[in-house]
Amino acid sequence: MSTLQVELVAADRKVWEGEADMVVARTVDGELGILPGHTPLLGVLVEGEVRIKSGEGSQSATIDSGFLSVDRDKVIIVAEAVDASQFSA
Amino acid sequence: MGAQMRVYRQRIRSVQATKKITRAMELIAASRVVKAQQRVRESSPYARALTRAVSAVATFSNVDHPLTTEHDDVRRAAVLVVTSDRGLAGAYSSSVLKESERLIGDLRSAGKEVVPYLVGRKAVGFYKFRKREYADEWTGFTDQPTFDAAREIGEALVAAFNRDYEDGGVDEVHIVFTRFVNMVTQEPDVIRMLPLEVVEGEDAPAEDDVLPLYEFEPNAEQVLDALLPKYVTARIYNCLLQAAASELASRQRAMKSATDNAEELIKKYTRLANQARQAEITQEISEIVGGSDALADAS
Repeated sequence: MSTLQVELVAADRKVWEGEADMVVARTVDGELGILPGHTPLLGVLVEGEVRIKSGEGSQSATIDSGFLSVDRDKVIIVAEAVDASQFSA
Repeated sequence: MGAQMRVYRQRIRSVQATKKITRAMELIAASRVVKAQQRVRESSPYARALTRAVSAVATFSNVDHPLTTEHDDVRRAAVLVVTSDRGLAGAYSSSVLKESERLIGDLRSAGKEVVPYLVGRKAVGFYKFRKREYADEWTGFTDQPTFDAAREIGEALVAAFNRDYEDGGVDEVHIVFTRFVNMVTQEPDVIRMLPLEVVEGEDAPAEDDVLPLYEFEPNAEQVLDALLPKYVTARIYNCLLQAAASELASRQRAMKSATDNAEELIKKYTRLANQARQAEITQEISEIVGGSDALADAS
């Protein structure tokens, strides 16, 4: 199974980049999970937690409002402020 | 020590003190400009992602958004002038102000009313001294702009743009800032921020880089609604960062030439002081010789 290329971008820096099996984020309509092979999507995110799951486990970051784009297994999560204190590099 | 020499020595000391200050400022600016350039680079992934998303929405939906609609009759235009908080940066602030005066003149002669918005204490001082009206000011961050500052400015401008003309709203928003071309070249530049023209970044997208058919969550209008204000903010942030890098680069240059001038002056005054010392010695010798001659004649 292929994996997702994930980028987590804040206004002033790129916070994290790497591979993952699943991304979970909260859009205006509710919780949204992205798996590899997802159709291209542009979604507006609300304040909350973004979880990125990969083989080694799950990591999460808190973002304020932002958006998410999915395109050919490349997920870009964009937010103005990202609190990624729990992230390992 | 003669009076002349004392004056020269004093001058040398004072110029030396000035030189130390300008040299320190040069070094500080040099180290900060590197960081400022880095911040410009670090903000680009965000801007790129945002631009791509906005152009995707704009391409695949024919949504008319107020922020992208051209007003038929532009009666009032806002001009955001980005200068520095502090001086000693050569012609940095004055060239931005000159450019803004030119733009304001052009807008006025086109029959538009102009509402200035100011960034940096230099612009505020310029307007206060001439007792001119301005809409709003932001100061205190120009050499290290934060994203929050950009957001505040963006919100104010978007709010002014969304208001009706009758309530003091504007039909156009321009930004005058200094584009950071490289370490030696920074040029004042004008861009029209609103109504928005979505432009891809400096580098054109690759041929095979076709935008996919996106699904929108919840729908295209709402996505655009959320994205466009962010897009405005990101562009303002980018302008502020470039302006900050330009400010520091031109301060470094100005301080370098000030240091060079101080060195020149020190050299010149040292020569003059040496000359004065020699003249004093010569005079003393001729006085002694004259004195002993007079004594010899007397005896």
